[in-house]
Amino acid sequence: MAHSVAEPVPTIAPLSPPSPPPTDRPLHTLPAPFTTSNLQLLAQGAEALVYKTTFLTPNTPCVVKYRPPKPYRHPILDKRLTKARLLAEARVLVRAGREGVSVPRVLGADWEGGWLVLSWVGGGSVRQVLDGWAERVKRGEQKAEQALMDGEILDLMRRIGRCVGRLHDIGISHGDLTTSNIMLQSPSQESGPQPPLGGEITLIDFGLASHITPNSADEEGAVDLYVLERAFAATHPAAEPLFQEVLKAYSESWKGAKSVMKRLEDVRLRGRKRSMLG
Amino acid sequence: MALVRTFRLPHLEDYPVQVALFKNVTNATFLRSQLLAANPDFDYAFLDATMILSPLPLLLTTSLTLQAYLSSTLRTRTPHSELVFRLHPNNNIGESYRKFGISDTTTHLIAIKLSLPPTEVTNESVSKHLAEVVEGESVPIGDEGEELGLWADVAKIRKIYKLNDGGKGRAKGKREVAVNGGARVRDEKKEMESVIMGIMVLKGT
Repeated sequence: MAHSVAEPVPTIAPLSPPSPPPTDRPLHTLPAPFTTSNLQLLAQGAEALVYKTTFLTPNTPCVVKYRPPKPYRHPILDKRLTKARLLAEARVLVRAGREGVSVPRVLGADWEGGWLVLSWVGGGSVRQVLDGWAERVKRGEQKAEQALMDGEILDLMRRIGRCVGRLHDIGISHGDLTTSNIMLQSPSQESGPQPPLGGEITLIDFGLASHITPNSADEEGAVDLYVLERAFAATHPAAEPLFQEVLKAYSESWKGAKSVMKRLEDVRLRGRKRSMLG
Repeated sequence: MALVRTFRLPHLEDYPVQVALFKNVTNATFLRSQLLAANPDFDYAFLDATMILSPLPLLLTTSLTLQAYLSSTLRTRTPHSELVFRLHPNNNIGESYRKFGISDTTTHLIAIKLSLPPTEVTNESVSKHLAEVVEGESVPIGDEGEELGLWADVAKIRKIYKLNDGGKGRAKGKREVAVNGGARVRDEKKEMESVIMGIMVLKGT
């Protein structure tokens, strides 16, 4: 008698997600007039899909920020929230552009369709610069102190500090100020692994930005700085002194900076969220 | 034949836009009267070229107009009037025509014709018709369309969009130059363009 072949272990049927509730807005399909041709997905966040394409002329590169409908929300609420958030972002960008802070320009929008077109920001992010710098320190090519002597990177930090100060001065808090959202835009070069440090500092992603009301100015400013500080700390321990330079330039950049710096101490102790709700 | 440039906006390729530019126009009064009489042959957006800073804001207006047309959310009676209306920062149609539309004293003229199905509009048909009715010198429009901004009256444009003088000589301006290194010469026209486009997008919200 031959041994019978062992019975295969019964496999569990894969779980299938429940089908999304019906919505009258397109779900992960592109809103008119966009089609998949000539569109390249760059990133997906919790709220928006970001595509690269051209707009107005075939040689104007741009970013399309599309907030797809969230089927778990009531359609009316969903539309309203999407519209309010898109509008808030566009208003902040136009305002900042008017005041001379370097931000992407708004090239088009459709509040009902849920999309916003912004001009393309070339170059690279400060995150890339810091990663490259941290890598060099780690490899021991330069001692950390020596690397700091590198005047160029310190100058970059000072410029970041002044730029953030200017943004707060005109009454805007960024809401998600990380090193990835600070770009170094240079007209000459397209994105490479190491953007030149001399590029123009351009802030991007104002999806969480808001106008500061006078009585929350210190708090919102301090939270911006705190988030940025954490982003620096996450890069490399040696980046800490770099951030000190950012703070130094920030505190001299506008008249409300002193009280923001004071509030930063409190925020450091308790974290980003003030209330225990949400 | 008048020189007509066909623009195809990315993502809106099915709706080509015919644009012609004229200088030394002498019969603006006639053209305006035809518009007022709503003569269907004169269904154009006739713009005063001194109010157009550069091609991008004009193309943005066109794209906003097409979007409004396609989603049936026009705020004026025809697509061409919508185009004139969208240029103005306020919500007053008559005012938009007075400021941006053709007036009796207009000498530099931009004529825009949208091709909206089912009516077929070709470069040739527009060119032929405009050559017959516009008394003026046709100006060719290059690839970038820079010619559209040749006669921009910057002071007038600043006034209508309520732009300040670029922060020159003010404390704000000085500080802001310091933000990005100082040596950088700011492209003033480009900044105006950005703000104007932002205002257009945010209009009516």
